[in-house]
This record gives sequence, structure tokens and C-alpha cells, in this order.
Amino acid sequence: MKRFVFHTGAELLRLAEKYKMPISEIALNYEQGVSEKTEKEVIAKMKRNLDVMREAVKSGLRLNKKSFSGMSGGNAGKMLKYAGSKSKKITSKALLKAMAYAIACGETNAQMGRIVAFPTAGASGVIPAAVLSVSEELKLSDEKIMKGLFTASAIGLIIAENATLAGAYGGCQAEIGSASAMAAAAITEMRGGTPKQCLDAASLSLKNMLGLTCDPIAGLVEVPCVKRNAMGVTNAFSGSEIALAGIESFVTFDDVVEAMKTTGEMMPSALRETALGGLALTPTGCRIRAKIGLPPIKSAH
Amino acid sequence: MAYSLFDIAGPVMIGPSSSHTAGAVKIGQFARAVFDKTPSKVTFYMHGSFATVSAGHATDKALMAGIMKFKTSDPQIKNALNIAKKLGIAYKFAKTDLGPEFHPNTVKIVLEAPGKKSMEVIGSSIGGGSARIVKINDFDVDIKAIAGKYKYLVISHSNDSAVLTEVLQKITKFDKYYIAGIQSAHIDNHSLTILNLEGRDLSLKQVLELAKVKGVEFVRSLTKLD
Repeated sequence: MKRFVFHTGAELLRLAEKYKMPISEIALNYEQGVSEKTEKEVIAKMKRNLDVMREAVKSGLRLNKKSFSGMSGGNAGKMLKYAGSKSKKITSKALLKAMAYAIACGETNAQMGRIVAFPTAGASGVIPAAVLSVSEELKLSDEKIMKGLFTASAIGLIIAENATLAGAYGGCQAEIGSASAMAAAAITEMRGGTPKQCLDAASLSLKNMLGLTCDPIAGLVEVPCVKRNAMGVTNAFSGSEIALAGIESFVTFDDVVEAMKTTGEMMPSALRETALGGLALTPTGCRIRAKIGLPPIKSAH
Repeated sequence: MAYSLFDIAGPVMIGPSSSHTAGAVKIGQFARAVFDKTPSKVTFYMHGSFATVSAGHATDKALMAGIMKFKTSDPQIKNALNIAKKLGIAYKFAKTDLGPEFHPNTVKIVLEAPGKKSMEVIGSSIGGGSARIVKINDFDVDIKAIAGKYKYLVISHSNDSAVLTEVLQKITKFDKYYIAGIQSAHIDNHSLTILNLEGRDLSLKQVLELAKVKGVEFVRSLTKLD
């Protein structure tokens, strides 16, 4: 059987269009080639990820204790309650639920619970939130969700090969930014979008995250990370909607990835996960640092 | 080397940070596997952001968990330091600056055990829970601790091409193994060779057979870590 290999968005799109396959099928085929596993084994492995994601959301929604630092915990339930309340909202129920799920994963992660680092632990709420909420809204099967997860993985793989997924290298644009692009492509495929629309959704979402700093208070994966997962999924929903409206990204996906890489290289290290700049350097950030016993930040500039 | 989709979609892990927690577990696992014995004493020299933000990410617990062969998804990671104490493994964490050529998430691990030469391993957590080993006992290496079809053989031997040739000949006689890559580093008259093998896992018997070659100090077989 023919094995597909791709390293760029252009190559992925060429394969998908030539063989008239969705991105998820190209990705599934790629993985069989790389891992020398059967289709069934690869799907089973992804299903395990889906199971862990569901569990992470569920336990996050139930979490009612604060983290050790006191900065996070208990907000996911609050968000879900609001989503189901009668008060007038200005966004869809699907998005409100997605925001609750994203916070749930983030809070589970912050308290050393089990998550899928997809693509990283700090950004692990975006993709589960997007695919689970969309599947509930549109009553889609697990099989459809899995297609979304394979598509998200393909997008992440291209970013990993051509730029980075590490906040220490690229700032948060590489983490929540990448997760948001991956989620946008995933839900676009789940909603019946073409491969081109999936890549456009990813491009649109990633463009909006360029330059995003990784500035966690006291170096903890809590503030702004947990709630930023909710913002990341909101951005993914927007990217998907714009793409399905038939609007194309003016800049190709590969060019956006390139821009993410060079932007990361230009960012000072204080804004790349060292917890020495941005929010970490504010009076609030410094107060939490002192509270948990870390030495003060000497001026990084 | 080609990425697996599961380098992106995964690992399943205990939070809070793929770079600082899961990647750190993998570096610990690797160091333990190359040392090939439970150490009685471990010293961790933390570099870059491993030095500055490790406490909140439980990087210390994660490294120790890896040394004790825990998986990245093991809920016991949060108790790793207490478990190490119970097992009688002495540990120490120190801050260091290894230099600008090292990735910001890097640790130097020194492992010691009675009656055994101590070993030094430097590893970097390169994002998304993937790790890379860059030095073993001063020898420059490049070993990726990510999932995939590759397996690594770490061979310490005298700097004599006949020794390596004999090892390679033995491997080619084993059934269904291919050598996909080879890297060698030399210091004085000593060499460290890393082989990337494709195919099945080597059996313990096969590893021992390679270790018997004259001039070989040790052979370690490293398979994928999770």
C-alpha cells in the first residue's frame, strides 16, 4: 500500500487533493508508515488519547479546590454553570461549553492530574475542548472526533518540523497558538470543510496568535495559561467560522508557520517561559513569586 | 528521523508541563537506562529554565521519577522524592550554567552506585514531552527520546576500529535488524558509539553477546520510553 509522507502544508494539501482524501486519512496513513503499525493499532492509540481527554475534562469540571499557589482551580465548573444558565449570552452554547472544557483541562493539568500533552501540557485544553464541544453540538460520533484528532496531529506535526511547539523557544504562540491552529483545522474537518478550508482555518488562527508571550506568573502553568486555553479555543472557533464562510487566508499555512518561527527567534528570552517578563514581572506576578518562596526577579532588562 | 503523530498527540502525562514535567521524566528514564542500575546517589545540575522555574513544574520530582523508571503518566510522580527517600536514593539539586550552546531546558545528571563507575548524562527537554540526550560522560551524542520505530544501542569501547567492526558484524548476523544510523565520539583512546537500529527489540542474550566482544566496556540497549 502507498504510504504518504508530508513535511509542509503544501505537501499535505497536494496529497489530500490528489487522492481526494480528508487530511485525517492522509495522517492516519502517514502514521502507519512511520510506526509500522496497523490502522487498527494506530486508531486504538488515538482512542486512548480521546479517553484521557474526556477524563481530564470531567475531573476538571469537578475540581473545587485551589492549586498550591492559589491562582487556579474551581473556575471550570463556574463557566459550565454559566453556559447552562438562563442569562442572556452573546456567543453560542457550543463555544461557552468549549471554554468551560478548556479551563477544566487546564485546571486538571495545574494540579498534577492526567492529561494528553496535545501538543503540550500547558496548551492541553484547546483541542479536547474544541472537538468535544463541537461533537456534542452537532451530535457527531466518536469516529468523527477521531478524524478531528488526526487532522490536528497532522497540523501539529508540520509546525513541529518547521518551527517549534516549545514555549521556551517560541513563546506561547508556539503552544496555545499551535493548539488553536490544530483545533481550528480539526473542527473544520469535523464540520465538513475541505482540506484547503482546514489549512485556512489553521492559518487564520495561528496568525492571530503571532507574538504571543509565554510569561507565566512564578513559572507556574496557571496564570495566564489555564484561561488562555479558553481564549485559544475561542480563536479556533473564529478561524473555523471564517474559513467555512469561504474566506481564505491571504498568507499560506507554511508562511504563517515560518512567521511564527522567526517571531519566536526575535523574542527576548524573558518572554519565553523563563517567567522573567510580561505578566510574571507585574506587581501581581512578583507578589505570587514571593508567596511561594521564589527569589525576586532582578531586572531582566 | 520522521516524527510520529503521537509525538504531537501525546504523551499521556501527569501535569503541569510537557517540557518541565514529562520531558524531565524521559531524561531521568534515559539516564537510568544508560547507567543500568538503581543509583545510590544522584545529583541534578539544573540549567536555564530548568534552574529558574523547576519548582512549580515539579521538574525535580519528574527527574527523580524517571530515575526510578516511572512512566510519564504515573500519578505517583508527585510523590517521587518521598519514594526515593524510602528506597534510600540520596539526591541533590543544584543550579548551574552549562553555557549558551545548551537548550534552555537542560539538566546534567550524575549517577553513582557502590562498586560502579559514576556516570554523567546531559539531556534537554525540547518541547511537547520530547527529550534529547546530548552528552554521556563527556562524549557528544544525539539521542532522541521520542516514540518511534528506532532503538538505540549505546556502546562504550576502546578507540579501535576492529572492535566496532566486530560488534557491527555480530549485529548484521542477528535476524531482522538494520542499522539506520551510527554516531561515534572519541576522547583519547576511548569511544562511545550510538547505533540506531530498526527492527525488533534486541534480546538480553544478544546484548550480552555484544558486550563480550574484546575491547567493549559496556553495551546498553535503549528502547522507546513512555
